[in-house]
Amino acid sequence: MWKWLHPYAKADRAYQLCNTLLPYFAVITVVCMVVGWVWGLAYAPADYQQKDSYRIIFIHVPSAILSMGAYSSMAIAAIVALVWQLRNAELAVIAIAPVGACATAIALITGAAWGKPMWGAWWVWDARLTSELILLFLYLGVLSLYHAFEDKKAAGRAASILAIVGVINLPIIHFSVEWWNTLHQGASITKFNTEAIDPSMFWPLMVNIVAFAAFVGTVTLIRLKNEILQREKHRPWVRQLIKRG
Amino acid sequence: MQLAGPNGAGKTSLLRIIAGFASPDEGDIFWRENSITKSYDEFARELLFIGHKTGVNAQLTALENVRFWLQIQGYNNEQDLYPLLANIGLVGLEDVPVRTLSAGQQRRVALLRLWLNDAKLWILDEPFTALDKSGVAFLQDRFTSHLENGGAILLTTHQDLTTHFNDLQTVTLEYRH
Amino acid sequence: MLRKHSYLQLFTAVCKKDLQLAFRQRAEIVNPLLFFLIVITLFPLAIGPEPGLLARMAPGIIWVAALLSTMLGLDKIFRDDFHDGSLEQLIASSYPLPLTVLAKVCAHWVITGLPLVLMTPLFALLLNLDSQSLVATVFTLLLGTPLLSFIGAIGAGLTVGLQKGGILMSLLVLPLYIPVLIFATSAIDTSSMSLDYSGQLAILGAMLVVAVMSAPIAISSALKVSVS
Repeated sequence: MWKWLHPYAKADRAYQLCNTLLPYFAVITVVCMVVGWVWGLAYAPADYQQKDSYRIIFIHVPSAILSMGAYSSMAIAAIVALVWQLRNAELAVIAIAPVGACATAIALITGAAWGKPMWGAWWVWDARLTSELILLFLYLGVLSLYHAFEDKKAAGRAASILAIVGVINLPIIHFSVEWWNTLHQGASITKFNTEAIDPSMFWPLMVNIVAFAAFVGTVTLIRLKNEILQREKHRPWVRQLIKRG
Repeated sequence: MQLAGPNGAGKTSLLRIIAGFASPDEGDIFWRENSITKSYDEFARELLFIGHKTGVNAQLTALENVRFWLQIQGYNNEQDLYPLLANIGLVGLEDVPVRTLSAGQQRRVALLRLWLNDAKLWILDEPFTALDKSGVAFLQDRFTSHLENGGAILLTTHQDLTTHFNDLQTVTLEYRH
Repeated sequence: MLRKHSYLQLFTAVCKKDLQLAFRQRAEIVNPLLFFLIVITLFPLAIGPEPGLLARMAPGIIWVAALLSTMLGLDKIFRDDFHDGSLEQLIASSYPLPLTVLAKVCAHWVITGLPLVLMTPLFALLLNLDSQSLVATVFTLLLGTPLLSFIGAIGAGLTVGLQKGGILMSLLVLPLYIPVLIFATSAIDTSSMSLDYSGQLAILGAMLVVAVMSAPIAISSALKVSVS
C-alpha cells in the first residue's frame, strides 16, 4: 500500500495525477449527465401512481448515494492521511468535504420537494431522511472544525480524525435511527413500492448515478488541485507552473 | 547547545518539533538512530521538556505538582522532597497553591524537575525567565553536573550564560519569511 | 531515580489530580447539576404542568438535559491542562497517552456523570415519573453518561486549542450522541409499559465497551494535534 502511495506523497506528483485523471472524469460527467437527464426526464415512462413527479429520483437517488459515497471516500482519505502521514490525503479530505455536504444538501432538498406531493408535508421524520440530515451535520462538523484552526496543518489532521470518528459512528447512527423509526411508525409515511423497478426507469437512473459520481469526482479533483497549489504556493514547482501560464 | 535568534525566528517551534510535539514540514527527527515518530515512547523516556508553559497547575501546591509530575513520569514518589524544595528556595511555600507564588517561584517549581530525573536530553525553552541572579547561578550549576554525567541540554535563552561550558555550541536562527 | 513503571500508579495519579482540583473548585461539580435542574424546571413551565403529559415526556426531557449539561462540563476536561502545559508533560511521559486519557475521562465522569445519576430520584419526582421508569432512568444514565463523556472528550480534545471551541465542540459532538439518546429514551419508554428493556441496555453497554476501547486512542491523537 505504502509503495503504491509513496510517489504521491510529493505534492507535484499528486498534482500531476489530478491533472491526468481530471479529463476522464469531466468527459464521463458531461456525457452521462446529458444522456441521463434527457433519458430520465424526457423519455422514461411516467410512473402509474406518481405520474411525472417521480422523475425527481433521477437527481435525488444519485445525490443520496453519493452523499454516503463521498463520506466513505473522505474517511478513507483520512485513514490514509493519519496512518501514512500523507499530507496530500489530508488535502483530499478537505477537498471532498464540501462536495459531499452539497450532495447531502441536494438529497435533502429534493427529498423534501418529493415528500410534499407524496406525503403531504415537506418534512417527515422518515428514517432515511433523518439519517441524511445527521450526515449533513457530520459533514458540517468536519468543515467547521477545519476552518476553526488557523494552522492548516493541524486543521487537516483534526478534520481527518473527526472524519474517521464519524465513519465509525455512521453505521451506529444509521441503525439507531432506523430502529427508532420502526418504533415510532408515523401514520403519514406511505410505504412505497419496493418491487423491482422497471428497466425503463432503472437504466436512466444508473446512468445518472454514474454521472453524479463522476461529477463529484471532477469537482473534488479541481478542489484538490487548488488546495495543493495553495499550500505549495511558495515552492519552485508552483512558481514554474505559474510562469508557464 | 544553545539556540539563539530574534523573536519570531522559530526557536520555540524548533524545540517543539525536536521534542516531538509538532511535526516538521519536511525531514524527520532521529534519537539514537531511530525516528522519534516511530519510537516516541523510547525517546520520551530519555527526554525532559520544560517549555514556556511549564506544566505547573496553579491550583495545586508546589509539593502536589512535583509529586504528580513524578508519578506521570513513572518515578518513585516516596522520597522526601522537603530538602530539595528548601534548596531551591521554596521554604514554607510547599503547601500553598502555586497561583499565590511569584512568577520566579512558579518557575522554580517547574525547574525542580531538573533535580528529579534521569533523562539524558533536556529541552528547555527560556529556563531563566523570571529567575533572579542566584536562581540563574543555581540552575547553571545543575547544568554543569548534568553535562558531567554525560547528559545533553538544548536550550533557548536571551540571557548570556554566565558559567563557562566547555563544549557549548550556539546555533543562530534567522528570521525569514 | 528508580523508575517503577506501573500503569495503576499513573491511572490513580491522573484521576486523583482531577478529582482534587474539582473538589477545590466545587462550582465545577455543582454548576452543571444546577443547569440540569433548571432546564428540567423549564419544561413544565413551557408545556404545562399536566402530570400525564410530563410523565410521557420525562425520558426525553431528562436525557436532553443530561446531554446539554455534560456538554457544559466537557469544555473543562482538557482546557486547564492545555493552557498550563501539563498536556505536553503528559504526552512526553513514558506512559501511553491513551491510558492517561482514560483516567481523565473516568475522573470527568465521576465529577459530572455520577452526580447526575445520584440526583435522578429528584428529577423523577419533578416530572412525575413512576418508580419503574425511575429504575430504568437510573440504569440508562449509569450506562449512558460514561458514553457521553467518552464521545464528548473526542470533541473536547479536537477543540481544546481553539479560542472559541465551546460551541464548535457541541456541533461536533451532539450528532454523535444521537444513538445514545435513542436507545436510552426507548429503554425508559419500554419500562413505563412494563416491558423488558434489557435489549436497549445491552446495546448501550456494548457501545460503552467499544467506546472505552477505541475513544482513548482517538482522544490522544486529537490532543496531539491540538498541542502541535
